[in-house]
Amino acid sequence: MSDNTWRPTASIAALQQRADLLSRVRGFFAERQVLEVEVPVLSRRATSDPHIDSITALCNGDAAFLATSPEFGLKRLLAAGMGDCYYLGKAFREGEAGGRHNPEFTMLEWYRCGWDDRRLMGEVGDLLGETLGISTVESVSYRELFRRQLDLDPHTASDSALRNTAERHLDLSFTPADRDECLDLLMSHYLEPRMGGGITLLYNFPASQAALARVVADETGRPVARRFEAYVGGLELANGYWELTDAEEQLRRFQADHRYRGAHKLHVYPFEERLVEALQAGLPDCAGVALGIDRLLMLAGGYRRIEEVIAFPIERA
Amino acid sequence: MASYSTNEFKGGLKVMLDGDPCSIVENEFVKPGKGQAFNRVKLRNLKTGRVWERTFRSGESLEAADVMDRDMEYLYNDGEFYHFMEPDTFEQHQASADAVGDAAKWLKEQDTCTVTLYNGAPLAVTPPNHVILEITDTDPGLRGDTAQGGNKPATLSTGAVVKVPLFLEIGETIKVDTRTGEYLGRAKED
Repeated sequence: MSDNTWRPTASIAALQQRADLLSRVRGFFAERQVLEVEVPVLSRRATSDPHIDSITALCNGDAAFLATSPEFGLKRLLAAGMGDCYYLGKAFREGEAGGRHNPEFTMLEWYRCGWDDRRLMGEVGDLLGETLGISTVESVSYRELFRRQLDLDPHTASDSALRNTAERHLDLSFTPADRDECLDLLMSHYLEPRMGGGITLLYNFPASQAALARVVADETGRPVARRFEAYVGGLELANGYWELTDAEEQLRRFQADHRYRGAHKLHVYPFEERLVEALQAGLPDCAGVALGIDRLLMLAGGYRRIEEVIAFPIERA
Repeated sequence: MASYSTNEFKGGLKVMLDGDPCSIVENEFVKPGKGQAFNRVKLRNLKTGRVWERTFRSGESLEAADVMDRDMEYLYNDGEFYHFMEPDTFEQHQASADAVGDAAKWLKEQDTCTVTLYNGAPLAVTPPNHVILEITDTDPGLRGDTAQGGNKPATLSTGAVVKVPLFLEIGETIKVDTRTGEYLGRAKED
């Protein structure tokens, strides 16, 4: 085995399927007049997301970071008047390795001007349906999924009810620290494995998990994040937002991320103040979504592990 | 003792959990795109053999267990303990019936087994994958019936009962896979 580490871990057939999938994705957007653009993979600014870590590089003698997503670059292009556009290329995340993760992966991210999250969910369903040949699409709110499977309202349940539910269903080595940790545990360990084989579009996330999505009152008057996730057979494929366009709110969220990172002894890197400036200049009303191409390929080809679709995962890179 | 972080967990790693030595069976990295990272780990308790699943926060660590596997020769059973010997040092170890468990029915004197030592004492015994044992009891053989698929139970010299083809007789020696209890063929050494 060790003497064969020069070889790709993916079969030649899988790499041919990859080429075919990339060309179909490009065809999908060409037909819809969404333009392919490039943004930096190497940047002077890191992500502020509390649960995502940037990989640090050295460029011209100073620290630089590998992009964890093309989001900031794409939004700056949108603010500059680019119009509907997408990025299809590499993204990097420190410490993410396993059967469904490789620190270097291929991401598709696209933006639709004048659209909201609901309309974009439809297009995500179309893309997944076309590339996977699946016609079953179910849209369900975050609240409804928790109610159905756990008889629990994720927005209004008490902290202790959430913790009890997590501890009842899972064997944990720790006590969950807060609501979001309980929700993340239940989602990834309990709800995802129970999703059917079709396309599941999950929307209206708790406001505390808004990331860069707008927070708007739902039909019950509760503020929820206009964020959605797409799953196929319980595998998380895409994450989208009705994008935050308010520069001041964006700045507050960056600062809140910094405080969280500081309090949890995580690296605190300079945030992208140019995104705040772009929002000040005016980001068009838009919705955007990022989708993992490697996982899409796993589903398209029936592969169980990510190294079966990546020629040289980090162990061989 | 050293400790291991979740990103070092891999199949076969021996760690302490809830005071018991465990062997990691599987380690799955679980991370919602925008959520926290966890490791969902399957472990086998080396004392009870029970496999269970526990979730850790990524980056948590567990103390290493002083557990090692040694190849040893099985010597004899004195009625209470099973005695094994390390071939190079001739050091002897006695294992309780609890530690030997199901392996007991495959133990033949002078066979080489894997003995798992925990803090220096036998915790578990794994017999060789293939053993050659004599049939001590079975129904009379059906001559000429070498092609048919039928089989019958046969008791072996160690007490194990396996299914064998109808033509085999008492006194014959056969090769058995101890992992599945499956008959593999007549032993050639006769």
